[in-house]
Amino acid sequence: MNVDFSEQELAFQQEVRLFLKEKLPKDISDKSHNDLHFEKDDFVRWQKALAQQGWAALNWPVEYGGTGWTPTQKYIWNNECAIAGAPAVIPFGMSMVAPVIYSFGSEEQKKKFLPSILNSDVWWCQGYSEPNAGSDLASLKTTAVSDGDDYLVTGTKTWTTLGQYADWIFCLVRTGGPEVKNQQAISFLLIDMKTPGITVSPIYMLDEGHEVNEIHFDNVRVPKENLIGEEGKGWTYAKVLLTHERTGIAGVANSKVALEQVKELAAQTNHFGASLMDTPAFSHKVAQLEIDLLALEYTELRTLSDVSTGKAPGPESSILKIKGTEIAQAIDELKMEIAGNYALPFVDEQFAHGYEGPTVGQGAAANSAPKYFNHRKTTIYGGSNEVQKNIICKAVLGL
Amino acid sequence: MNFSLSAEQQMLQDSISKFVQKDYDFDTRMKLVKSETGYSQDNWKLFAELGWLMVPFSESDGGLGGSAADLMVVMEELGKGIVIEPFLATTVLAGGAIAKAGTQAQKDTLLGGIMEGGLQLALACSEPKSRYELANVATTAQKNNQGYILNGHKAVVLNAAAAHKIIVAARTSGNANDKTGISLFVVDAESEGVAIQAYRTQDGGRAAEVRLENVLVSADQLLGTEGDALPVIESVLDRATLAICAEAVGAMEVIIQKTVEYTKTRVQFGVPIAKFQALQHRMADMFIEQQQAKSIVLMAAMKLDQDSADSAKAIAAMKSLVGRASRKVGQEAIQIHGGIGVTDELDVGHYFKRMTMIELLFGNSDYQTQRFSEL
Repeated sequence: MNVDFSEQELAFQQEVRLFLKEKLPKDISDKSHNDLHFEKDDFVRWQKALAQQGWAALNWPVEYGGTGWTPTQKYIWNNECAIAGAPAVIPFGMSMVAPVIYSFGSEEQKKKFLPSILNSDVWWCQGYSEPNAGSDLASLKTTAVSDGDDYLVTGTKTWTTLGQYADWIFCLVRTGGPEVKNQQAISFLLIDMKTPGITVSPIYMLDEGHEVNEIHFDNVRVPKENLIGEEGKGWTYAKVLLTHERTGIAGVANSKVALEQVKELAAQTNHFGASLMDTPAFSHKVAQLEIDLLALEYTELRTLSDVSTGKAPGPESSILKIKGTEIAQAIDELKMEIAGNYALPFVDEQFAHGYEGPTVGQGAAANSAPKYFNHRKTTIYGGSNEVQKNIICKAVLGL
Repeated sequence: MNFSLSAEQQMLQDSISKFVQKDYDFDTRMKLVKSETGYSQDNWKLFAELGWLMVPFSESDGGLGGSAADLMVVMEELGKGIVIEPFLATTVLAGGAIAKAGTQAQKDTLLGGIMEGGLQLALACSEPKSRYELANVATTAQKNNQGYILNGHKAVVLNAAAAHKIIVAARTSGNANDKTGISLFVVDAESEGVAIQAYRTQDGGRAAEVRLENVLVSADQLLGTEGDALPVIESVLDRATLAICAEAVGAMEVIIQKTVEYTKTRVQFGVPIAKFQALQHRMADMFIEQQQAKSIVLMAAMKLDQDSADSAKAIAAMKSLVGRASRKVGQEAIQIHGGIGVTDELDVGHYFKRMTMIELLFGNSDYQTQRFSEL
């Protein structure tokens, strides 16, 4: 039993550090370190640099352009990326639709879609949730009615993250009639966003950011060749995807970096004439989070170690999601506490790249409240933490 | 990176697990709790025969290797049965101090005695006013031409009544709280001037207040270098903390299983209460806490085995988290059981009591969290 990296793994770590130092654009890492907003182009530039290196698709099989990395290598990669301030790869193409395509798609579909995902030439978004189908996703109502060689798709998808940039959307749609049981009526369909009948309306989040959208489909004509696999199997495909390896889902590396930031900020913050970091009530909270995070890191490592010995990642990923989001949210709270009354000013323009006017508030603490408000989503999305607990109850506790 | 158990660890785990399941049911344990000695000498002999008492010691000391990971495996299994035999007091605490500081002669007799199963020991390092501060030693050891004369009061000494010898921390120089000047002595429990006020502990074990009045010990009863015992005590306590945290992980696993099983059989409002989501999610939370505890114990064991510079910090992190997890899991287990959970007749309450006392032993969560911040 040991947690040491092997010689090869240490060499890999060096290689990763060197790559990040040379290839991660400085303006992008600056944005990460200063909590500035990323633009579409930032993501695309970074992902293209990864593609060029052959490191874009962490979890894909090697034959389709995946890295072929071991779980330990992926762990090293995630850590180094967080430290260097690399933005997360937008997951919708790379880690959500691509695995469905290479696992269940036809050869034509693989040829048509995978290379452009790998190279970030096409931007994908996700059409799962609907206004009345959230945690109970299987109750979705968007229909795809057969019409010759096409489907006619009608309905509304929502919470579509960064859908305003999307070229394509992957959707769960209902192909079976009302007599078919929910899960067996659902199919997995790929839709070109330029098709007539699609409208995208923004939804503004608590930080006033335009991150998610509502997408309306009004008799949208979709060729049947865009159906993945068989009709009525969409739910199964989507579920397989969810149990796929999800490295980094706990966000340990990012939370570690954020906690260090908290410590630095708190050390510079006045509290009853001393630094906030020297105040037991505050330092106690920091220490507890640091400890929880340490445990989570080892929970993740245990999962990785299981995966590397051939066991499938099971409901442990639910633990990673629940604890990971809870800890990250608690860190957001601490940042806001540090900001104190300077959490109040809402001067969003100062977080855009190139802003040269006078700044209000200090460093990351100045942007703490919008982040705090925005990040309340993390315990809700991706299967809310309550749904994750249902999974644990069913799969582990047999309840 | 490899988190799997070795073949030897697997065998050790299997053999303890079999013992707990076959020979250590709840009724058996409760009879031992209420017996005169408070544990079974036959079990202790069995532990010796099966080699379990050799686990905490290095091969050069005649043991099985003494890794923290091995100790973790043993304690987690013992925790599943809330085994009350004094493994912690004799082998980990007292045995640990001897292994760390003893001369070859002391190791030969004392460690040999432990591993053969004939010797019971105790480590007396805390005092009525010291709480969790290991340097806070007021007991004195005054040197004279025959050896040392010990005076003082040692508090909550685990296994003291059964111990043939008690290892006592006493001050040979300096003032209470000085980091130097503390020494360890191997004191015969039968020595003149040793008064042992034995009692049961909340969690089914045994401990005692040990009062020393002009107890004469010879120079060869000194364990380690005079005045330099604090680092020894700290390192032994770190290892003992790992041991009880691993024990808590095992106890939590069982108490969660028992709680889940109970909710499947207990019918209220016409359905098994397991159907209620209000309870389901709390059990999921209990599972998550236990898994987090298991992870951090593993982390701390690896740090100890690597002799890592931050191993003390890892131990503090571990105890902070395991203490919080034990408290939450224990309280929820009782609450979900309802009335039967607060009775003496059901095993769940006894797991709860042990887990509660583990939090309070060797630095509670708040203490260890602060220690983590300061290290």
